[in-house]
Amino acid sequence: MSGKLKLKAAFISLMMLAIFLGAWHLATQPKESAVQAATDSEYAAMMGKGKEQSGFPAPAKVGHAFVEYLADPFYDKGPNDKGIGIQIAHSLGRVAVGFLLAVAVALPVGFMIGMSPLLFQAFNPFIQVLKPISPLAWMPLALYSLKDSDISGIFVIFICSIWPMLINTAFGVASVRRDWINVARTLEVNPLRKAFLVILPAAAPTILTGMRISMGIAWLVIVAAEMLVGGTGIGYFVWNEWNNLALPNVIFAVVMIGIVGMILDLFFGWLQKLVTYRE
Amino acid sequence: MSTHFLSVENLKKVFPPTNGVANLPVFEDIHFHIDKGEFVCIIGHSGCGKTTILNVLAGLDEASAGEAFMDGREVRGPSLDRGVVFQSHALMPWMSVLGNVAFAVKSKWPDWSQEKINEHCTRYLEMVGLGHAIHKKPAELSGGMKQRVGIARAFAIQPKMLLLDEPFGALDALTRGTIQDELLKIVQATHQTVFMITHDVDEAILLADKILLMSNGPHAKIAEIVEVTMPRSRTRSGIHHDPQYYMIRNHLVDFLVNRSKTYAGAEAEMFHDAKNPPVVRPGLDGELAPVLTLTAEKPAAQALKHVVNQ
Ligand SMILES: Nc1ncnc2c1ncn2[C@@H]1O[C@H](COP(=O)(O)OP(=O)(O)OP(=O)(O)O)[C@@H](O)[C@H]1O
Ligand SMILES: [Mg+2]
Repeated sequence: MSGKLKLKAAFISLMMLAIFLGAWHLATQPKESAVQAATDSEYAAMMGKGKEQSGFPAPAKVGHAFVEYLADPFYDKGPNDKGIGIQIAHSLGRVAVGFLLAVAVALPVGFMIGMSPLLFQAFNPFIQVLKPISPLAWMPLALYSLKDSDISGIFVIFICSIWPMLINTAFGVASVRRDWINVARTLEVNPLRKAFLVILPAAAPTILTGMRISMGIAWLVIVAAEMLVGGTGIGYFVWNEWNNLALPNVIFAVVMIGIVGMILDLFFGWLQKLVTYRE
Repeated sequence: MSTHFLSVENLKKVFPPTNGVANLPVFEDIHFHIDKGEFVCIIGHSGCGKTTILNVLAGLDEASAGEAFMDGREVRGPSLDRGVVFQSHALMPWMSVLGNVAFAVKSKWPDWSQEKINEHCTRYLEMVGLGHAIHKKPAELSGGMKQRVGIARAFAIQPKMLLLDEPFGALDALTRGTIQDELLKIVQATHQTVFMITHDVDEAILLADKILLMSNGPHAKIAEIVEVTMPRSRTRSGIHHDPQYYMIRNHLVDFLVNRSKTYAGAEAEMFHDAKNPPVVRPGLDGELAPVLTLTAEKPAAQALKHVVNQ
């Protein structure tokens, strides 16, 4: 039954994609609209279709960019011309380093805060103030104090990934069922075993939810950060192609950002499923 | 005092104020003792503080006054010497059935090999009739099976004493019967010392050597200690043929229905000494016992009601 449903849904998805591409195609037909609008060239000019060359790219053109870039994703012809695979790898590398650093800080600190209501109260004002700061607002400070654009990018990822993980870890640890803690207490389980065998697995689904949110934010932020710091990465690629006025390439990159983001989210969703337990 | 395996003296619990309003003592002047190998049940209305007493005995909660001694030492904090079966089974859902029991066993004997641990756990799981389900997750078990895992976990660490908090409360009558039989068998074989909370009068009579009757809270007390004088080799099917059974049962039901509210307040102290609650044997003393206590206490109860109404 659900297989049939999936098939139907996939069909509708494809239909929507086709309609979208079709509409796009029709909307960006310079020749035809020029012919049709020959009698009313003023109207055509008003609609922004006068200048055929720099108009919004047609899907075919963008499709061409897809084929071109995906055919050879890993070429490297100097600093301003690298394959999409290399650019994405750079972005993913920065995200991975920043994210793992954030995990390394957020998990232990979140654990501590979650275990102790006192520490929770003490940390809370800082978390509440730091959490809503846009990661990019940190950029000038990072660039000034770290003096390195690469490290600054990683720092921005770190600072934006840390909050959801910290909060979720603290919350997950604090709300572990009293019964399970009591079982561990009556068994005189030592603190380390208790932390790893009882509290961590009990809080894991909540912690993973935090990680998934963090990863989503990190991927949003890396593109913006790379536009600012430049050099390498998918964000820089978008910026570079925009400066070249190569819109098909920009569209291609935008779609790639979406796909990579989706894959990251799917991966964390899978991890989440792995640690989720049924009661 | 220390001649008994477990003795509870003068226990009292007042919970900290909720929203600034002071709480009344849940119970006070609780005195009782349990000997080695004894099976003691405690019966009382919901909310009278049974779980709280058990938590104090387990070392999970602290009393506001009084103390509990086990094996000559004061109970301070939880200990592997006291196995607890919780009111809700409290199995860890991310571990298998075997994993749950093994977690306990490994806590007790950290240097046992994995094989030895598994073998030990399997033996106890087979004892509660779960040999076929050791690799299942708790979520794949029925309520009764989960509760049996909890029991196996508590038995497997071979504690000096078992504390059971309404272990069968959530089960249907049929399942409860079979698990009661299993528990009865295990306890008769191991001579385990047990303290068990129950709401079920029949369950208490079937399993216990001694039943503590608790009056209603706040200011709950141990009202009476009922000795179950039937031979220890009881069975669930045979117990109904013993004339003592009905006498004990009537006595317990009469307490729960009529007398459990009459032990609070200063007036109650006139006819009841909480430090030495009366020990009664309704099974042997025939129908006299309940009648006697009734006639002895009814006037006081009536007087009490009179006072309250004014
Ligand atoms: N943390 C708490 N703060 C304040 N009052 C509490 C707290 N825990 C329990 N109580 C009160 O203490 C009383 C005794 O609770 P307890 O859980 O020991 O009852 P019980 O006899 O086990 O009841 P039941 O048979 O329903 O399990 C109840 O009236 C309850 O409201
Ligand atoms: Mg209870």
